[in-house]
Amino acid sequence: MLAKRIIPCLDMTQGRVVKGIQFVNFRDAGDPVKLAKEYDKQGADELVFLDITATVENRDILLDVVRKTAKEVVIPFSVGGGVRTVSDMRTILRAGADKVSVNTGAFKNPKLISDCAKEFGSQCVVLSLDGKKVGKDWNVFINGGRTDTRVSAIDWAKKAVKFGAGEILLTSIDTDGTKKGFNVALTRQVSQAVSVPVIASGGAGKLKDFVEIFNKGFADAALAASLFHFGELTIQEVKDYLNERDIPVRSLL
Amino acid sequence: MIVVIDYGIGNLASVKNGLDKLGVESKISSDLLVIKKADTLILPGVGAAGQGMKNLKEKGLDKVIVEEIKMGKPFLGICLGMQLLFEKSEEGNVNCLRILKGQVKKFKKMRKVPQIGWNQVKIKQRSNLFKGIGNESYFYFVNSFYCLPKDQEVVAGVTNYGENFASIVIKDNILGVQFHPEKSGLVGFKLLENFVKGANYVG
Repeated sequence: MLAKRIIPCLDMTQGRVVKGIQFVNFRDAGDPVKLAKEYDKQGADELVFLDITATVENRDILLDVVRKTAKEVVIPFSVGGGVRTVSDMRTILRAGADKVSVNTGAFKNPKLISDCAKEFGSQCVVLSLDGKKVGKDWNVFINGGRTDTRVSAIDWAKKAVKFGAGEILLTSIDTDGTKKGFNVALTRQVSQAVSVPVIASGGAGKLKDFVEIFNKGFADAALAASLFHFGELTIQEVKDYLNERDIPVRSLL
Repeated sequence: MIVVIDYGIGNLASVKNGLDKLGVESKISSDLLVIKKADTLILPGVGAAGQGMKNLKEKGLDKVIVEEIKMGKPFLGICLGMQLLFEKSEEGNVNCLRILKGQVKKFKKMRKVPQIGWNQVKIKQRSNLFKGIGNESYFYFVNSFYCLPKDQEVVAGVTNYGENFASIVIKDNILGVQFHPEKSGLVGFKLLENFVKGANYVG
């Protein structure tokens, strides 16, 4: 059976991993290549790198991290942050990433998704969607969570998949960094609305949260950052817990 | 020298990176002479079968691949590179290399297609290629289509995604894998290592 994936997320700025709460108040969490290698050893199923500043100077530092990571790890990893063109995507893939995530750039220009999918295949194109509750609905927020697009998260997810997104990395801004659990309702709605895998992100705090997001949120993968960076839980602990509850996870060998 | 065949599709860097990690000499090339001189060939590829075949033909690679395989050169097809070995793919209804008998079909029983992630491989054959690899180990897959070989004897590994499909085929000098060994952790590397070290296929 296809295993549910556990994915550590490495938010980066200036070559360091940082972690914030609801997209602000960042604190340092270490060297990205070292962390990536460690998570690979611990049994992470995949890695997600996000360049949260995504400036031009940062791009070179990011590519350097991508090159080094590609040489060190033996699992797939995606890279995102500030991707605006097919050429941005090509540069990142050539540096050794397996997938590239697009967010604001794709929202402003959905053709970016189809152009990239055509060139590299849908499996390379991850739509990174930051959703936040506004009234009864969840809206898409762009520019690192600063701008409300007033577009429904579910509608955008469906549209992005039509354009060729092969996976959705769904972050709930409301739950991000709170450690009070994933956003089960939002994840379930998006997962049911699309035919591609959904990676749930934002809010993982305890073992039970992972069971909930798979069983009730219908997520295909769950992402966490601070939980793993600061050693509160190990990937193995999460996987053992899921395994005991009959949720399929990959075991090493 | 191992040559990773470049036919302008998918991400070749990860396969090359994988071979570098094993410390073996390899080269990415679409040059027919380089391919003919190679000791071992790898046909990677993620993407559409139609585009894949079109690119192979444009570069004259289709004929060379068939010739080299028939001459007994060790050959590894990864993902699309495995699918293209068969007669025909449902993806674009395209004729493939016809080295192995059978068809390539689309997953129909699961709601989420492509299959993305780690799935288990049940080993069906004894082969030195599987030395050090446990039965039902997890490998990393990204695929919407799967191979349906006519000849069951070539099926060396089976995986379930709504339906059972051949995730590994072995025939003479050919190894085809639907998953990405270069992205499948230590287990994937073990398989790649067994292949490049020229383990005899039939155990």
